[in-house]
Amino acid sequence: MANVSMTVNGRSVSGQCEDRMLLVQFIRENLGLTGTHVGCDTSQCGACVVHVDGKAVKSCTMLAAQADGSDVTTIEGLASGGELHPVQAAFREHHGLQCGFCTPGMIMSAVDMISRHGGQLDEKTVRAELEGNICRCTGYHNIVKAVLDAASKMGDGAKVAAE
Amino acid sequence: MGMEGIGARVARKEDKRFITGKGRYTDDMVVPGMKHAHFVRSPHAHAKIKSIDTSAAEKMPGVISILNGAQLTEDGIGNIICGWMIHSKDGSPMNMGAWRPLAQDTVRYVGDAVAIVVADSKAQARDAAEAVVVDYETLPVVTSAVDALKDGAPQLHPEAKNNQIFDWEIGDAAATDAAIASAAHVTEMKIVNNRLVPNPMEPRAALGVYDDSDEHYTLWTTSQNPHVARLVLSAFYNVAPENKLRVIAPDVGGGFGSKIYIYPEEIVCLWASKRTGVPVKWNCDRTEAFLTDAHGRDHESTIKMAFDADNNITGFKVDTIANLGAYMSLFSSSVPTYLYATLLSGQYAIPAIHANVRTVYTNTVPVDAYRGAGRPEACYLLERVLETAARELGVTPAALRRQNFIREFPYQTPVIMCYDAGDFDASLDAAMTAIDYDGFPARRAEAESRGKKRGIGISCYIEACGIAPSAAVGSLGAGVGLWESAEVRVNAVGTIEVLTGSHSHGQGHETTFSQLVAERFGVGMDSVSIVHGDTDKVQMGMGTYGSRSGAVGMSAIVKALDKVETKAKKIAAHLMEADESDIVIENGELKVAGTDKSVPWFQMALAAYTAHNLPEGMEPGLKEGAFYDPSNFTFPAGTYICEVEVDPDTGKTTVVDFVAADDFGKIINPMIVEGQVHGGVAQGIGQALLEGTHYDAETGQLLTASYMDYTMPRADDLPSFKVSTTETVCPSNPLGIKGCGEAGAIGSPPALINAITDAIGNNDLTMPATPERVWAALRSAQ
Repeated sequence: MANVSMTVNGRSVSGQCEDRMLLVQFIRENLGLTGTHVGCDTSQCGACVVHVDGKAVKSCTMLAAQADGSDVTTIEGLASGGELHPVQAAFREHHGLQCGFCTPGMIMSAVDMISRHGGQLDEKTVRAELEGNICRCTGYHNIVKAVLDAASKMGDGAKVAAE
Repeated sequence: MGMEGIGARVARKEDKRFITGKGRYTDDMVVPGMKHAHFVRSPHAHAKIKSIDTSAAEKMPGVISILNGAQLTEDGIGNIICGWMIHSKDGSPMNMGAWRPLAQDTVRYVGDAVAIVVADSKAQARDAAEAVVVDYETLPVVTSAVDALKDGAPQLHPEAKNNQIFDWEIGDAAATDAAIASAAHVTEMKIVNNRLVPNPMEPRAALGVYDDSDEHYTLWTTSQNPHVARLVLSAFYNVAPENKLRVIAPDVGGGFGSKIYIYPEEIVCLWASKRTGVPVKWNCDRTEAFLTDAHGRDHESTIKMAFDADNNITGFKVDTIANLGAYMSLFSSSVPTYLYATLLSGQYAIPAIHANVRTVYTNTVPVDAYRGAGRPEACYLLERVLETAARELGVTPAALRRQNFIREFPYQTPVIMCYDAGDFDASLDAAMTAIDYDGFPARRAEAESRGKKRGIGISCYIEACGIAPSAAVGSLGAGVGLWESAEVRVNAVGTIEVLTGSHSHGQGHETTFSQLVAERFGVGMDSVSIVHGDTDKVQMGMGTYGSRSGAVGMSAIVKALDKVETKAKKIAAHLMEADESDIVIENGELKVAGTDKSVPWFQMALAAYTAHNLPEGMEPGLKEGAFYDPSNFTFPAGTYICEVEVDPDTGKTTVVDFVAADDFGKIINPMIVEGQVHGGVAQGIGQALLEGTHYDAETGQLLTASYMDYTMPRADDLPSFKVSTTETVCPSNPLGIKGCGEAGAIGSPPALINAITDAIGNNDLTMPATPERVWAALRSAQ
């Protein structure tokens, strides 16, 4: 058993967990934050993407104990003050989701992508960098549109803010 | 058209909870005292179970109970059934072997469930499952349907001699043979439709809760049709009486057909909750999903198409062997029969059609409906053979299709279907314009200058949706009626709840159904709520599949809205001392036409519930229900054209352009419809280029059982699509809508393969057209 403490969505949390517990299990089962999803068991689908210390991470690939002391953001922590994050708003505006299961991971990956590229994203880059997230509903068409639109609206300001 | 009414491109109401992580899927559910399940599954494709030893596993930490098939039998739990009876052409009923929810005596595919372990945590249940010792005596294995039919093949079920489930036919064999014998030209092909795994991103899950205080059962499950689940669980499997069983399908993360059926895990979790006295939750790993979710397609067909000297199609003959896997799933028998062979006329006037279909047991996962269900298989045959025939006859593929299009409606095909409306030229024209068909030779030349092979491929599909008239399907063997139900409840303050038997798992019903109500009463969408997926709230329904929620589900809502409107007008007329025939509803008010008298919608609603001043004899309240049984299938149709570039050095195909021109009849929300097409096309491109399910023929091991082995389409594999719609109104339902959920997956595979075979100059190519296969086909063409 391991004792872990971390900051999740701005709140300090701690708990005891088995050494083998994955970060995604800790988030879902111990913290009850069920927006982070498990869609596969080989770290291929990306439904579980969260941010750990500002970087997009597949939370099924990391042990909860490895995240000890980290600053974690999940989909539940993305909107602030009742306002949707621009990427969340863009997904809705462009119908970038259908069943919604891959969506939290998709949005967390997109936020990370935009924070790295700022407003300079193009379709080719978005498609290449969504490699780690599988969506079975949308054919990606509207997801790509949403990410590009959010990137252009957030621009370089978002890049600085994220850093 | 209002801002939120029919035809408006309204952003979805349901999105906010999904984009903020507040969606509630089955695996998110937690109930007091809940424990976790893991299934012990067969590692062998075919074996006798000699013994099951749980003694060591039962002592493992956290283990509460380990249950097997013998206990299931003790409690009288029934076999899993197929709900559609098909008779062979000799009149004999289909040969259905027994499918126990937990295998007893024999396992028949890798992943067949043998026992369930219930423990404090999922990890403990998994640990203990690994410690269960099952002594198997392995048996010979067969995974190919063609091989399974051969004399001497391993036999799966004693009920099915030579593994044949049925040998069925449709159409006129003699007329079709005569057409072929007298034809000026016959195009012959052997075509394989590759087996697929549906892969909704949410893995299946089930949470069974038995409450002994009132002997009541609740099942949370990832289902596309919770009411049918309840019906089958109570009427056939003897798990719980219908009035004591509540089935809830909350947010469901995609289905594509694979969540229509009842699976062993749902039955067993519910039963295990009673046996153990604790709520039992199971959620599926992805590899477990590959091993146990019903697969799709898997046909091998020999076809002949006959033409006269003027290139008119005179006959079409099809001989299909369909692999149904180790057991018959709920709708498995209908897919390669009435959902398949009845669409073999396509968009074409074909005087004589005959199809023979043999279905076969093999040591593989059961096969059932997957997005399109039978129609993609029919479309693939037709659109491949037409493209091939055009090449053989030396005419353009577009011209050959256009020459043979059906243009007069209604059109009775030789295979049951009667098409009610369509304009196939319009969608062919729209697609050819959108892709600049005439400019293709120049683009091909340009690609050649870069050392690439370019090809273009057409597919003109038709499908039958809105499944289906109850009496018609009943006469063909269906075990249920396929109507839909709706209830419209106007609250005292005028807000409206619509209860529907449809189920939304990505299709946006909360939005489109609300648009329908907003249009009708001029109220805001926010004052409309859609209730679905809970058998305690909605009395009965048939769920969502076959693109039926619009054509059938919304039509039921329209019928209920009609009744509400009639009563609302009576109340308003009474309040304003007017004639009810003079009342019109506009912008949230009931007005007396031609006057300035009006009553706000909410005031009328309040009057219905205060009941202080209602017409003589009128019951208080404003709540109406309706059942809608369709009079015909609906027939979405369209043309897809795909342009590809093949790298001759690597065999890699790149989709450079893809256009879809669909006729879905009336459209409620174009944004949602386009999204459905995008998703369907992506699954079709997946089938054509990437996705293939491979079993080891000797051992029956599934070689493609994870996302590292089974190639799911990713963003980088796909282009942006150009989609458009033309419209012929469907005459058989009140909204004129046809359905859009499956079209993309039906129309796109032949467009892709036609394009690649055009590019490489070799027609001998099977799906998925992997770089290796394309490279080999290119070499053999040279």
